[in-house]
Amino acid sequence: MELRICHLYPDLLNLYGDRGNVATLVARARWRGIQVRVVEARLGDAVDPEAHDLFFIGGGEDRQQRLAAPDLRRVKGDAVRAAAADGAVVLAVCGGYQLLGHFYRPAEGPDLEGLGLLDLHTVHPGPGARRLIGNVVIRERTSGVRLVGFENHGGRTYLGPQVHPLGEVLVGFGNNGTDRTEGAVWRRVYGTYLHGPLLPKNPWLADLLIAQALERRYGAVTLAPLSDEEEHRAAEVAAARARTG
Amino acid sequence: MAAFLAARAAAAGSRALRVGGGTTLPGRLAMALAPDLVPTLARQLRRGVVLISGTNGKTTTARLLGGIAQAAGLRVVHNRAGANLLSGIAAALLAHATARGRVHGDLGVFEVDEATLPAALAATEPRLVVLLNLFRDQLDRYGEIDLLADRWRRALARLPREAAVVYNADDPLVAEVAQAHTGRRVAFGLDALPEALPSRQAPEHAADSRYCYACGRPYVYTLVTLGHMGHYACTQCGTARPAADVRAVEVHLEGVDGAAFVVDAGPRGGSPDAPDARARLAVRTRLPGLYNVYDATAAAAAAWALGVDATAVVRGLDETAPAFGRGERVVLEGREAVMLLAKNPAGFNEVLRTVLLADGAPVVLIAINDLIADGRDVSWLWDVDFELLADRVRAAVVTGLRGEEMALRLKYAGVPPARITLERDSALALTAALRRLPAGRRLYILPTYTAMLQLRALLARQGVVPGFWAQ
Repeated sequence: MELRICHLYPDLLNLYGDRGNVATLVARARWRGIQVRVVEARLGDAVDPEAHDLFFIGGGEDRQQRLAAPDLRRVKGDAVRAAAADGAVVLAVCGGYQLLGHFYRPAEGPDLEGLGLLDLHTVHPGPGARRLIGNVVIRERTSGVRLVGFENHGGRTYLGPQVHPLGEVLVGFGNNGTDRTEGAVWRRVYGTYLHGPLLPKNPWLADLLIAQALERRYGAVTLAPLSDEEEHRAAEVAAARARTG
Repeated sequence: MAAFLAARAAAAGSRALRVGGGTTLPGRLAMALAPDLVPTLARQLRRGVVLISGTNGKTTTARLLGGIAQAAGLRVVHNRAGANLLSGIAAALLAHATARGRVHGDLGVFEVDEATLPAALAATEPRLVVLLNLFRDQLDRYGEIDLLADRWRRALARLPREAAVVYNADDPLVAEVAQAHTGRRVAFGLDALPEALPSRQAPEHAADSRYCYACGRPYVYTLVTLGHMGHYACTQCGTARPAADVRAVEVHLEGVDGAAFVVDAGPRGGSPDAPDARARLAVRTRLPGLYNVYDATAAAAAAWALGVDATAVVRGLDETAPAFGRGERVVLEGREAVMLLAKNPAGFNEVLRTVLLADGAPVVLIAINDLIADGRDVSWLWDVDFELLADRVRAAVVTGLRGEEMALRLKYAGVPPARITLERDSALALTAALRRLPAGRRLYILPTYTAMLQLRALLARQGVVPGFWAQ
């Protein structure tokens, strides 16, 4: 078995430890004897929808998003849409999450047209508006599993009827700071504001994504359990820090 | 005058009560009582004010420039303990002021928090501004790096033409921002990597500014020194690293013991008040790593631009000891420990490289906090190349409020679990690290900012380091 990962814009959209997610997917697959291939797709690189079962896209500042958005739509858009429709997994965090929606309206300058893969849009309320920053804890919608992370975004994201939220906010702001939703899911496309190293501290989600990605090519798989002592301990501390401060 | 008296009392009080170094509180109090305190006092410095800002190296560069100025016989007013907001500058000025508000000092050398730089420029009317670098650091506090750069640009555009801007040519964003100043600009940079470091043609993943600020194309690098810094050019619009007026050449790194190099100061780096000749100064610093070579070059460039003579530059660099926690050494139970502050990805990578250059199988104590001064977000740990330690670290003891995150990071970096020890309590962590240290070996302590203060306080209680305000 081979897990085929496509890391989109690794050098452009990697705001703050986003690559920890790819490192986690790679390590957790290898620890189970699953081979892994990671392909990096940069600005201008075309993507083969058949070649990858898991796409990861990280976050960036407005400037980087402005560089990536047209490339994502024109050069890679059809391929990512086709792969997603065919059951491939897409994980997008922070700025990458915003780019999967219909559009992102930045604090200044014209709107950025998104990929439209997720039924949502994002609006920045303006240069003076408060950023939504802090430790965050959510309850995943279908499983009830607790996910922990850190969010830091100016944009407020509003979900349309075609997507479900990834979870309910227990501590923090989430999509827009008002409706208590966090993230968005459509098929196997996941978007979230839990940025940076989301997967190391949430091994349940990491394994869900690995299993779903493998399923596209190999049918249903059961992943061997790993000892996740360090993962749980780090998540415990992150949740406690979220509650206290 | 009441403000001065009240503030001085507060300084004394805060030290007596051991609530702090007396470096911030008096300034804050005095500014509340006399809002124009900083401009009034700063104006009295005969040789003017130098402001130093950037993500990494503010404290060290200010210290080095202060050392050079002292070697040149100047009386320096300096916010030594890293109190780098306006209140810290106010406190430093107050400490040198008489009760009548007369300042005794020739030159103000102040390090300034990146976000505070615009306000500090307005308040102190500096003669010289040193711009070191801009890295992602504490995004939770500063927001996006481009927003910060915009604020710098706007502030520099308002700077009087007589003021000089000394800037890092190797940092694309800083070099671009510096052009907003229409007066004298002095660029500094590194000309080649030391032979001990592997050469790289592409920036590491911690890099920030890889895409041209003018047109968005990726830069082509012929040399990468640190993070996104180096010799870059844009093949599309022709933007490129400016030629450095003051260059560090022939750099030899000596592990944690320091570095030796030559400062080549070109004629354009000369001050209008000084002979405009070229100079080649052989310098030594006790400060370790490539970062400190940049800091020393920045200090030398600033001194050169101020017209300080060459002898003082060489002596000042040589005689300046590391600032607290930045390469500082202590002796613990007969063993030597070196403390190397590591507070963001580019800085941490540099610290790891410096440690591994000095010691092939080091014992490290890594202390990670997530308080406001450290940055509440520890995501950055996943951008640090801890993979460098995987097969090489003899033992890693981790501690701090986010020690668990650090232990997890080391696990995914491939450090064998048997070599990782998690110890919540910092005193016990120190003991555990010493226990793992083979005889005759040195311990490397790599803390974030508040973890460093905590460890230093712990060491001070054991009597091995002076309180930081005593330096």
